[in-house]
Amino acid sequence: MVDFNRFTLPNGLRVLVHEDDTTPMAVLNILYDVGARDEEQDRTGFAHLFEHLMFGGSVNIPSYDEPLQRVGGENNAFTSNDITNYYITLPAVNLETAFWLESDRMLSLAFSEKSLETQRNVVCEEFKQRYLNQPYGDVWLKLRPLAYKKHPYQWATIGQDLKQIEDAKMEDVKAFFKKHYNPQNAIMVVGGNVKTEDVKALAEKWFAPIPAGDKYERNLPQEPLQTEAHTETVKADVPLNAIYMAFKMPARQDSEYQSFDLMSDILSQGQSSRLYNSLLKEQQLFSDIHAYVTSSIDEGLFVVEGKLVQGVTIEAAEAAIWAELTKLTHQEVTEDEITKVKNKSESIMVFAEMSLLDKAMNLAYYELLGDAAGLNTEIDKYLAVTPERILQAAKNTFVKEQCSTLYYLNAKDA
Amino acid sequence: MLNRTLAPESLQVNEIKFLEPLAQHLDNGIPVFTINAGKQELVRIEFIFENVNWDASKPLQAVGVSHLINNGTAKLSAKEIADKVDYYGAFLQTEYGADQSSVKLYTLNKHLQSVLPILRSILNESIFPEQELAIFVQNQKQSLQVNLQKNDFLARRQFANSIFGDTPYGSNIDAEDYDALKREDLLNYFKAAYKPENCTVIAAGKFEEAEFAILNSVFGNQWDNTEASVVNKLTFEASPKGELLIERQEAIQSAIRMGALSISRNHPDFPGFQVLNCLLGGYFGSRLMANIREDKGYTYGIGSAVVSLRDAGYFFIATEVGAEVCGNALIEIEKEINLLKTELVSDQELDLVRNYMLGSMLGSLENAFSHADKFKNVYFSGLDHNYYENYITTVKTITSQDLKDLAGKYLNTENFTKVVVGKK
Repeated sequence: MVDFNRFTLPNGLRVLVHEDDTTPMAVLNILYDVGARDEEQDRTGFAHLFEHLMFGGSVNIPSYDEPLQRVGGENNAFTSNDITNYYITLPAVNLETAFWLESDRMLSLAFSEKSLETQRNVVCEEFKQRYLNQPYGDVWLKLRPLAYKKHPYQWATIGQDLKQIEDAKMEDVKAFFKKHYNPQNAIMVVGGNVKTEDVKALAEKWFAPIPAGDKYERNLPQEPLQTEAHTETVKADVPLNAIYMAFKMPARQDSEYQSFDLMSDILSQGQSSRLYNSLLKEQQLFSDIHAYVTSSIDEGLFVVEGKLVQGVTIEAAEAAIWAELTKLTHQEVTEDEITKVKNKSESIMVFAEMSLLDKAMNLAYYELLGDAAGLNTEIDKYLAVTPERILQAAKNTFVKEQCSTLYYLNAKDA
Repeated sequence: MLNRTLAPESLQVNEIKFLEPLAQHLDNGIPVFTINAGKQELVRIEFIFENVNWDASKPLQAVGVSHLINNGTAKLSAKEIADKVDYYGAFLQTEYGADQSSVKLYTLNKHLQSVLPILRSILNESIFPEQELAIFVQNQKQSLQVNLQKNDFLARRQFANSIFGDTPYGSNIDAEDYDALKREDLLNYFKAAYKPENCTVIAAGKFEEAEFAILNSVFGNQWDNTEASVVNKLTFEASPKGELLIERQEAIQSAIRMGALSISRNHPDFPGFQVLNCLLGGYFGSRLMANIREDKGYTYGIGSAVVSLRDAGYFFIATEVGAEVCGNALIEIEKEINLLKTELVSDQELDLVRNYMLGSMLGSLENAFSHADKFKNVYFSGLDHNYYENYITTVKTITSQDLKDLAGKYLNTENFTKVVVGKK
């Protein structure tokens, strides 16, 4: 159980407070309701590049990191297709420094050319390190556009290519800030050794003077129902053949989301799971096999991916995955299987309560989904899933015409 | 009117409380250290075994046992073990480290009684079936093939081998080593290493008398394994100097790893060296990050670390940089090290690092698990919690002259092993 108090400032900033006096630390987490899905088609990678620029100094404070480290704090951030999330942990006695820093960069950035230039380079190096200079590193750059044809989930958060990042201009940066970085578009969670009344006073002091800004109305193109199979074959200098299969699945707030999540657990969580035992251990077709969901706020993906044992044909491997998926569409999972994945989900949620930062991030995310209290009732949604609902989920999903398959092959073999 | 240019008042972290464990023994003598803390009804229990009987011709014995120990016992198949553990929502992790191998159980308290007997069977009656070994070998070889295409993996492996040679710290595992692994080697290692005399238990979470009693009833009696063993004892010569380039024509980034053998945790200079390391490459605002990422934009990240193993310590700097700027990056790294050796750190920068390190230490003591981890660090180095008091005093009082002296003593790049994988 993660308790919290909640209030909203007149400028629209939502604030949640989680009091936890077992720690001497405090966390300040700010979620901005903007992700790669909000980018223009020809300026992809921008939300993430922007996240880097948020550390390049703000209107009244030349350096963001230095004063925070000086009071014993640490910070980081991440960007996804849905959100951009910034967090600070610091000794609770120095909490006000976090308010000072975060409020100033919500007010306005320094917009320095030098910072833009450097961060363009840093992000290009990140692009190379994570996506280009690794075996299989570019899989998601290829799988997303294969699965999505209209929705902006068709590009990865890093962007479609290096060129769009290299071309980012200061005027784009300013426009993006104005559009997305304002109090109405943010959720702040303060947690740890703090008192709600103190947080309220600090929020009013530092954040209330920030103008509300314009409300961003999201209006994204919807992905039409997929009616034919999408396939692509990549040949690259990789040692092993690999296969990636992506199916559309319900959005995060859909009432069936939990059925899909548990279905992926039955297929792939731990050494008792179906794919691991059938495809890796018994049939020995794969040296690595996983199923997972993307947990996206709009229609997401249910992904199965594996690396083939050398000598196994891609056709045999693909057929074996389909056989496992088809089984789920014909026969209900057993009571033992569903109890197992529910117990596992329960454990994971209890263990997550050991981390203050995880608690703060989760509160912010559930508030974005509609209500932070959802964090504490999420487990009930998992416990309510039945074998019948999983059967239905499988039937609706594992259809050949709705599958996007990426064959990632060893160029020398093929 | 709010003045946003002025930083709010702040305080240096003053008090850092470390929880010291309760030391007990099971009836058969296994030491159990307990951090009983936290509100959640959960527990982590680690069975830690010293690595023994090192044989350079069979470098994968201990690794193989660690991977396969939960893949079949006299009573349970691999699938049955996994089914049972997962059914109770528990997590069983096996971990092979340079000095120790451990089996970790994470479980809710309500399932402890049900899960421990499975663990008992694993630690006593594993049979390492041929079939499971064959799958392990096949899949590990495949995974190795993928890793061998990663520049940072190659750099890490080459660097470790250069300074530690064919020892548990530096062994260059290749496909043939997997092929040579025999079931008998695994059984022999298992019987010698997984026994009470070689075991320490660390429990953290809600672990009270009742939990201890359950643990004792399952593990406090005679175990099956009794073979003789000798705990690994390693010695090292000075590391070889110089540069080593593994060329990869198609690389768009190069991985750099450089450093040398150094002091370990029980050396009096160790805490001071950690402060020096922090300044150089130990945090986001470090000199290496400020110069090579934030000023030059050569990399997504660069860092340095001092690592303490049981029989050695070492220092290293690691990064991946654009292939075309690799030469420049090497020059800048050298420059930053020289600055530390020739110029005094300003009070302003040193104060920042002091505060950062104290805050970071405070923040690293988040829950029962992290307190247990802190204890392990000192206990297995033959130290106690006085180490942390000394560490905190050092962080608060070390002078810029001390740091300059330490840089002169420990950061001699002419003695470094420098590995570059990619293009230079």
